Amino acid sequence: METSGFNQRHLLGIDHLSASEIDLILDTADSFVEVSTRNIKKVPALKGRTVVNLFFENSTRTRSSFEIAAKRLSADLINFNSSVSSLKKGESLKDTVLTLEAMNPHIIVIRHSAAGAPRYLTTFARSCIVNAGDGFHEHPTQALLDALTIRQRFGKLRGLKIAVVGDILHSRVARSNLILHQKMGNPVNLVGPPSLVPLEFERMGARVFYDLKAGVKDVDIVMMLRVQEERGAGNYFPSIREYRRLFEINAEVFATAAPDAIIMHPGPLNRDVEIETSLADSDRSVILQQVNNGIAVRMAVLYLLKGESNEAAH
Amino acid sequence: MEEKTKAKIMDSRKMERAFARMSMEILERNRDAGSLALIGIQTKGVFVARRIRAQIQALEKVELPLGILDITLFRDDLHLQEHHPKVEKTEIDFSVENRHIVLIDDVVFTGRTIRAAMDSIFELGRPASIQLAVFIDRGHRELPICPDFKGKYLPTARRERVNVMLKEVDGSDQVLIMEPTRF
Repeated sequence: METSGFNQRHLLGIDHLSASEIDLILDTADSFVEVSTRNIKKVPALKGRTVVNLFFENSTRTRSSFEIAAKRLSADLINFNSSVSSLKKGESLKDTVLTLEAMNPHIIVIRHSAAGAPRYLTTFARSCIVNAGDGFHEHPTQALLDALTIRQRFGKLRGLKIAVVGDILHSRVARSNLILHQKMGNPVNLVGPPSLVPLEFERMGARVFYDLKAGVKDVDIVMMLRVQEERGAGNYFPSIREYRRLFEINAEVFATAAPDAIIMHPGPLNRDVEIETSLADSDRSVILQQVNNGIAVRMAVLYLLKGESNEAAH
Repeated sequence: MEEKTKAKIMDSRKMERAFARMSMEILERNRDAGSLALIGIQTKGVFVARRIRAQIQALEKVELPLGILDITLFRDDLHLQEHHPKVEKTEIDFSVENRHIVLIDDVVFTGRTIRAAMDSIFELGRPASIQLAVFIDRGHRELPICPDFKGKYLPTARRERVNVMLKEVDGSDQVLIMEPTRF
């Protein structure tokens, strides 16, 4: 039996993974894609394990994607909804997690508005911790599912040029993708208004562009980000109309990218704000494939995390 | 674990004859090759299955459907592993419903892999029957599983390992018994 050799107990961010660990997660996810094409979309790999979805921010797609992933692996899943929980009654994050841990879960999937919250959990929790988005820090499973989608389309993950366009400042998706592509040695352009694309990102090795055409020229992948009005993105540029005029990707601008370039978006879409509808629905767009790959990638992560064996735990 | 070759059991000529005989027996048992399909278990079972398929094609001029099955997710010892084993691809692009399936592996030992494979196949549908073909039966069964077709019965000690080498993966055709250098 060949062991996977994956030696992580938690998934806190792409930053903690080596390039070969990323490859391994994607190889495993590739094998899990097939499970979702079966009539009975279920395998017994995590039978008897419990996964807790602990979401302190609104999320439908990520939460349900983790839920489906856990269920396809036959794990039991508990959704912990922060809006109706005791957190509203003043319980601290630590007490909430300790209470949940009294039920012996194996994996806790957490989304929290504070960067570093998942790492904080690892200081006292016994479960494996999976970061499903923490503040403006990281969203590792999104970057991994993007990488799987890229690999399926291009047959490789190295030697590609990427542009990420939009609200880079508030985007954990952008950060995780930037880190991932740097580990793969791919050049990354960050594109958007100066207020949302701080120059400090050049210190992380990216190139910053304030002009959309210049930023997407000859790239293989255009990754659009959502204008996050709920995070106050509107305060960073004069109007949506102006943003759209300068940074919306449309067929004309997209034509300056590489001939077989693809367009990606983590969703939800603001159609005709950051992305032209006809482009979002074109065959160059892999947006729905991204959603589909989210399940396989999350199955791979839940499967690979190094849990204590049952014998050791009891 | 380091190991050394204890004995060479079969060479390429013996193996060729065994493959030919197994293929013949499979055809003999299944008169209607039309409803027959082969499923090889990752990884060596897949190569054994390809050999058998080629033999059957030469004998009967039919090209049997061949599926690839990875049983990792159906293992009964996953909860005991600290590191989960690597998952390889499963590719079965035909319906198993009402088909006669010949499940193929290189070696049968405890029988646990075959149990996992059968569970996995039943998740894909209800086959008309499952028959088991293995190149080497090395004994030590822990489950009530018995191959229908086998290349050779080879009694072994538990600590030994049987290495079925095939030229398409290992460069040459031979069957070796390996034993650990220290134990």
